[in-house]
Amino acid sequence: MPTFVRTDKCDGCKGGDRTACMYICPHDLMKLDVDGSETGHEMRAFNQEPDQCWECYSCVKICPQNAIEARHYADIVPLGGSVQPLRGADSIMWTIKFRNGTMKRFKFPIRTTAEGSIDPYTGKPEADISKVGEAGFFNLGGVQKPGDRSELICL
Amino acid sequence: MAGTFGDPEVVEENIDILIIGGGMAACGAAYEIMPWLEAAKKEGHDLSVRLVDKAAMDRSGAVAQGLSAINTYIGEEQDPADYARMVSNDLMGITRDDLAYDVGRHVDDSVHLFEEWGLPIWKTLDDGTRVDGARWPAQGGKLLVEGGKPVRSGKWQIMINGESYKWIVAEAAKKAIGMDNITERVFVVKLVNDKNRENTIAGAVGFSTREDKVYVYTAKAILLVAGGCVNIFRPRSVGEGQGRAWYPVWNAGSTYTMAAEAGAELTLMENRFVPARFKDGYGPVGAWFLLFKAVATNAFGEVYMDKNKEMLNDYPPYGQAAVPASCLRNHLMLKEMKEGRGPMYMDTVTALANLREELTPKEVKHLEAEAWEDFLDMCVGQCGIWVGENIEPEKKNSELMPTEPYLLGSHSGCCGIWVSGPTDVGAPTTEEHEDKDKIPSHLPEGWNWGYRGMTTVNGLFTAADGVGASGHKFSSGSHAEGRLAAKAMVQYCMENDYTPELDTSVDDLVAEIYQPVRTYLEHKDYTTAIDVNPNYITPRMLQFRLQKIMDEYVAGVATYYQTNAHMMAVAEEKLEMLKEDAQKMRAKDLHELLRAWENYHRILTAEAHMKHIQFREESRYPGFYYRTDFNLIDEENWHCFVNSVYDKETKTWTVFKRAHKDLVDKSKLFK
Ligand SMILES: Cc1cc2nc3c(=O)[nH]c(=O)nc-3n(C[C@H](O)[C@H](O)[C@H](O)COP(=O)(O)OP(=O)(O)OC[C@H]3O[C@@H](n4cnc5c(N)ncnc54)[C@H](O)[C@@H]3O)c2cc1C
Ligand code: SF4
Ligand code: SF4
Repeated sequence: MPTFVRTDKCDGCKGGDRTACMYICPHDLMKLDVDGSETGHEMRAFNQEPDQCWECYSCVKICPQNAIEARHYADIVPLGGSVQPLRGADSIMWTIKFRNGTMKRFKFPIRTTAEGSIDPYTGKPEADISKVGEAGFFNLGGVQKPGDRSELICL
Repeated sequence: MAGTFGDPEVVEENIDILIIGGGMAACGAAYEIMPWLEAAKKEGHDLSVRLVDKAAMDRSGAVAQGLSAINTYIGEEQDPADYARMVSNDLMGITRDDLAYDVGRHVDDSVHLFEEWGLPIWKTLDDGTRVDGARWPAQGGKLLVEGGKPVRSGKWQIMINGESYKWIVAEAAKKAIGMDNITERVFVVKLVNDKNRENTIAGAVGFSTREDKVYVYTAKAILLVAGGCVNIFRPRSVGEGQGRAWYPVWNAGSTYTMAAEAGAELTLMENRFVPARFKDGYGPVGAWFLLFKAVATNAFGEVYMDKNKEMLNDYPPYGQAAVPASCLRNHLMLKEMKEGRGPMYMDTVTALANLREELTPKEVKHLEAEAWEDFLDMCVGQCGIWVGENIEPEKKNSELMPTEPYLLGSHSGCCGIWVSGPTDVGAPTTEEHEDKDKIPSHLPEGWNWGYRGMTTVNGLFTAADGVGASGHKFSSGSHAEGRLAAKAMVQYCMENDYTPELDTSVDDLVAEIYQPVRTYLEHKDYTTAIDVNPNYITPRMLQFRLQKIMDEYVAGVATYYQTNAHMMAVAEEKLEMLKEDAQKMRAKDLHELLRAWENYHRILTAEAHMKHIQFREESRYPGFYYRTDFNLIDEENWHCFVNSVYDKETKTWTVFKRAHKDLVDKSKLFK
């Protein structure tokens, strides 16, 4: 299901030096056609290698214009269905359309804290350097589950 | 000076600790390392750190789409020893108990952190109802760390609303290590050894996929965590759908190849993972089996796991465990397929109908949402197949199919790098066995020779998919193992006083990395067709050639996962020529330079896989691959590790045995 970009919606991320879709694609597939020489559509993004798309939807979810959709792999899937998300701050909504027209909608939570609010070390202890060679993590000062030592038959 | 495509800018950086990758292990390392660096500073060691990822950490690695379950959570009821036993049995008895046990005793803390950072984890309330990860606080549920009960979809798995799993874990990692210490969109091509110290790492070199820049890092300790390997075998779909491999298309064996070229010892590279998944979309089956209690059948509705269960007796004791190993489950399925009783199905219709009998209409609606969420959170492509083919799981069953093989060390596979383990769990410190003399003499004895997670190359560490001979760490265990390595790297830097120096000149390194670009610029005007030129090969064709060789000769889907010594002899010859031709890769832009080096990494990883299968004269993983010339498990001669080292000068492999030992009692599995 490679992604495609709608010419009527993409605004090239307003000419910024990096577009959201280029930034996020883990496989370096999204590309901005600055002068239209590659696609005939100036300042629009496109998927430069559709047969390498993992359909991970990272670009679909991040596009500020909702310009990216997916057309299921033509060599496998009959035409006509679509699976489209709208990702918000704390949940994601999916609109699912079957080839035969059946529709379904789902909404799932995605996180319980505000984006950007993680404070990794507040309330955590300092690392004790004398324990650097022992098992355990800095925040616990030891291991989470010491376990039943008698299970270790070679001790 | 700004670089040009033919003549890149060179950026040289000196740091103490380099993390290669931005996935689960790298994020764990980034979080754990900072407090230890702070503490080291107080002791007079001011150490710097940098993390480089080929992609953007928010969505890089195997967790890019999200996940619907955390597959490793030990919880209240179980012991790390139970976990080590399970790992061992699923991987046919040959794993390092020290490594698995160590992950088992550490892993839960990473899960607790994920929940603290905002990952929604489903809970079972006191009255037995289960609620999703955002609603339980209003209903009196508790955090896991406070004794909250997760929803188990299996003995080790817990359910989450995990669409933003990677986003959350990356946010914590980025905040911890600081954006100034992160470089994204740099693909690391190779490691560089030390000029003055034998068998020691000194740096790494990579290039930007966004600008004409080559990065040359000098570092004392390096954590190499660039994931496993996909697409060395011809995928089942060869058109537009070839991007939909089960394993993410972007992890290209960089971990194994770079480690091998640096001289690190690899282990169990013969192991592979062939997941049986929903056909074409490769959607996960775990929740269907474990949570929805579905069964898999042949075309005639026969449950092949029951029908063929006596086949498990051929593989004592592994077939006799309560949960037979993943490869054996494939073995039973393949019998049906080979004998023409396909297609295979997941009986979703019966499973959902059964659940309907027990549940209220409201619960049924929730259940339907859960079934869809399982895919939407981690494998949207499967939903694409369902909508295109009008498959509603309560009305129509879905086909199952084993995929093409993948190489990895953190999921249900155990290939990877041989690393130093913990010292307090009874691991052997010497090497006692018949073939001991065949182990190259510069390699260490026993299972702990230095720092936790360090390879046999001083200063080079790995974790997660990189660590061989363990497996089943999954997302949480990978994070925890990255943390263990981070701490050990700080210790290594504090205890080893030397200044690393690259054994190759910067000019030579840059020339090597940009060779595909130069080859292209030099020869592009020789022909009128940019892709057809006798002076170079496109990375795409190189990949197709590799996939054809592996598929047809090294037990891919074309031969129902079968090979033999003769087939591998042919593969060996063809792979050698492919390696030679890799010197003639072309790159017409930075994107293609990325593809060129990914495919180079794939070739060497594939070669390691083939050499190990060739060496191990038995079929240790029936259902994943078969050697038709040794189609049995030979416990007497092959209950051992197969390890190897690569010589980058002569481009040859040395493969040898190491002894296996149980550190926890495995007989408990079979009672
Ligand atoms: C399809 C699938 C489903 C899974 N489902 C589950 C599940 O339900 N529950 C669960 O707990 N676990 C699951 N896992 C397992 C989990 O995702 C992995 O165990 C974990 O991500 C491994 O961590 P890692 O750090 O080794 O690799 P990854 O997380 O894959 O990270 C690799 C990193 O290396 C970077 N990289 C690669 N090559 C280079 C290079 N040359 N230079 C620079 N950077 C590079 C990548 O961009 C990425 O950042 C699943 C895995 C897969 C593949
Ligand atoms: S993120 Fe969306 S709007 Fe921005 S360039 Fe990509 S497709 Fe266009
Ligand atoms: S779906 Fe994923 S792999 Fe495909 S283009 Fe978008 S981000 Fe890249």
